[in-house]
Amino acid sequence: METLVRENRNADQRRAEQLVTPLASVVEDTDAYLLKVEMPGVNKEGLEISVENNELTITGRRSLAQIEGTLIHRESRPENFRRGFELDPSIDTSKISARMDQGILTLTLPKAEEVKPRKITVS
Amino acid sequence: MSIIRYQPPQTLAFSGFDRLSNLRDELDTLFEMPFWSNFGRQSQLFSGWSPALDLYQNNDNVVARVELPGMRKEDIEISLQDGMLTIAGERKSETPEGEKAERTERYVGKFRRSVSLPTQVDANKVMANYRDGILTVTLPKAEEAKPKQIKVDVA
Repeated sequence: METLVRENRNADQRRAEQLVTPLASVVEDTDAYLLKVEMPGVNKEGLEISVENNELTITGRRSLAQIEGTLIHRESRPENFRRGFELDPSIDTSKISARMDQGILTLTLPKAEEVKPRKITVS
Repeated sequence: MSIIRYQPPQTLAFSGFDRLSNLRDELDTLFEMPFWSNFGRQSQLFSGWSPALDLYQNNDNVVARVELPGMRKEDIEISLQDGMLTIAGERKSETPEGEKAERTERYVGKFRRSVSLPTQVDANKVMANYRDGILTVTLPKAEEAKPKQIKVDVA
């Protein structure tokens, strides 16, 4: 139960494309896990989500409007985002759904029927 | 100038060390960006939520861009006083009752960023836009602060 979504890091790949790790949070519900990933500047079109052999990979490419003028102060980073997670076998990968809202990607990872808690009534 | 990149030991790569992975990004930045560019940047590892802020200027406007993923428009507060632009707000916890947070790296709570503007701006014409988790504030320069071209006729 504790190891639901484990992170995979592929440092070499990240380096080659200059990708940074977005911040994320995982919340467990009775029916599903909710994975939220912060990717400011990324919209639906810039998202790439794949599941392969229980490995979930999320890539977000920023599409920021170019601002005319000279940059006088910068704290943001230009890199795109990537993060990988190893999914727990209890997750039904065929029913994963995704939503993107104001730079936050929310993935709903439903638990397979057989692992959901069941109430057994004693007659 | 090229610097040989620090190769983190593989032991850091196993799971559960998310704070370390952020730390690693911070360290990478430190090595890859010019020294001065990190000067104004507070490390979020120690100071809580301090959204990244960029500032641009052109002939007509000063433009501030702040990374604020997952906010509600109503929770963003922009103010201008004495040539200082302040962007503040609060992100509320989204974890509903009954669910347990397995793990989180995302910040909840208040933030406040202030930046002093390079020129005078027209406070009545400030415009803000919030899209894809990025807040863009456009501050038109005051007439007297705009660069003027003076034509000199050569006789």
